[in-house]
Amino acid sequence: MSHVPPPRPSGLRTASARAPLAAADRTDRPACGRCGTSVEGLSVRRGGRLVLNEVSLNFHCGEATVIIGRNGAGKSTLLKALLGLVPHSGRVRHSAAGRSGRGPLGRNAAGRPVFGYVPQGAHLDHESPTTVADLFASALSRRPLWLGRAAALDRRIEEALAVTGAGGLSGSRLGALSGGELQRVLLAFALEPMPDVLLLDEPVSGVDHAGMRDFYALLSRLRREHDLAIVMVSHDFDLAASIADRIVFLDGRVVCSGPPEEVFAHPAVVEAFGEIKAPSREGRAAR
Amino acid sequence: MIQAWYSLVDALLPFAWASHAFMKNALAAVLVLSPLFGALSTLVVSNRLAYFSDAVGHAALTGVALGALVGLLDPGPAVLVFSLLLALLVVTLRRRGAAGAETVIGIVSSTAVALGIVLLSRGGGFSKYSAYLVGDILSVRPAELGVALAGTAALWILWAFFSNRLTLASVDEGLARSRGLRTGLLEYGFALAVAAVVALSIRWTGILVVNALLVLPGAAARNLARGTRSYHLLAIMLSVFASVAGLIASYYLDSATGATIVLVGALLYFATTQARRR
Repeated sequence: MSHVPPPRPSGLRTASARAPLAAADRTDRPACGRCGTSVEGLSVRRGGRLVLNEVSLNFHCGEATVIIGRNGAGKSTLLKALLGLVPHSGRVRHSAAGRSGRGPLGRNAAGRPVFGYVPQGAHLDHESPTTVADLFASALSRRPLWLGRAAALDRRIEEALAVTGAGGLSGSRLGALSGGELQRVLLAFALEPMPDVLLLDEPVSGVDHAGMRDFYALLSRLRREHDLAIVMVSHDFDLAASIADRIVFLDGRVVCSGPPEEVFAHPAVVEAFGEIKAPSREGRAAR
Repeated sequence: MIQAWYSLVDALLPFAWASHAFMKNALAAVLVLSPLFGALSTLVVSNRLAYFSDAVGHAALTGVALGALVGLLDPGPAVLVFSLLLALLVVTLRRRGAAGAETVIGIVSSTAVALGIVLLSRGGGFSKYSAYLVGDILSVRPAELGVALAGTAALWILWAFFSNRLTLASVDEGLARSRGLRTGLLEYGFALAVAAVVALSIRWTGILVVNALLVLPGAAARNLARGTRSYHLLAIMLSVFASVAGLIASYYLDSATGATIVLVGALLYFATTQARRR
């Protein structure tokens, strides 16, 4: 596997780019600058229509990227393409030695990043008997679930849940959790073991405002502590901007990308969403 | 080996129904097949694949017809091959995810049934095949039991190996992909396993009711289960219970065994709906 450093982020990438600002300069701690995931020329075709057209992005460790766009702009499709759920062209590469695989059941091919994925919780089957512990065990253990779990695995699950404040939920059915609980459980699942890139698809649907704020604070802390690359699809610009180092405005292609205040001032974004008040840099620095 | 089984039944079950060799054979067949039906039903229900097992069950009739057409004395291999092919086709249609996939799958399965009936009824000889519609578990031969035992043993090994991955994929395909699982291959593999167990058992259970055996135990267990473990174990137990009770009841009612088993399973389902967890 190569250890070629990825190209440095280039700030706002539009024809009218003003004052490009390297994303690495914006984080609170210095990024290692060596690991990152590059997406090159990713395209997705569905029913003859080009849903994503030549999307190229770099996700650096310790950097949070928030993807915004209209409905149908290809935001969720981008995450699905990264996971390999939809057929696509283009390349997705990880530029440093990946973390150590994904437990005993699956292993990512060399050079592909290990993704942690937090899906939209709302569409999970609410009637399913699958519990939180079952979910973890199904991915972390080879022993069939119907033969029971080892005590060591139960401890590992409790520890993983405690990281996101979801301790004590391991015996609950996934379908019986509240929106906020499910979100913390799915986040804990995505982080055990620690991925290279954490993908979140509208992680706060069905959660109240205070719960959302707590969730973003948790994400910020995890990003700092684990030097995690975060890629999040969100409709909530206020809170998204509070965590984002970079916002990507997607409309079938990357229309513009850069620091929140610059993207929110971009004419295409203003046309799509109106004026968006980005939090001040002081507010962002306090996170 | 079959003699040992007969002696065992005589020793443990000194009842009138268990005194006949055909009932002992049928009991063995039920005990071999029903736990696997129970286990597979958990995922048929979790993945909403009831329509799929229905389509595969119907395709078996075409397999019988094609087997007869090429002059096979035992249509088993033809049923197996045709069920596997149809399973591949149905999963491909579903994965393509086009709008109306259910409609297309419905059309494919009805076409398969109609083709089977047309081929088998040419010249007015359909009645000798009607056993495939309602099943005939009382005609089980010891040699067939051996085939069923080997087939189910192979499927149990696959099940032990893949059931965790299938469970994870049934929660969310994206979650499974993020753990490096090849969800497409898993779906095809599970479909082929369902097709194989249908082909193994279709002559005993009957085309009309085989799908119920792949749905009812899981659906009833879901009403009671408090986790994946109890879900799977309850589905297996309910499947075995319904099958043995249905077999015995059919002896005294002098009714078709497959359908009687399904009725017991349906009773269990409705009873568990009342006891449903809140």
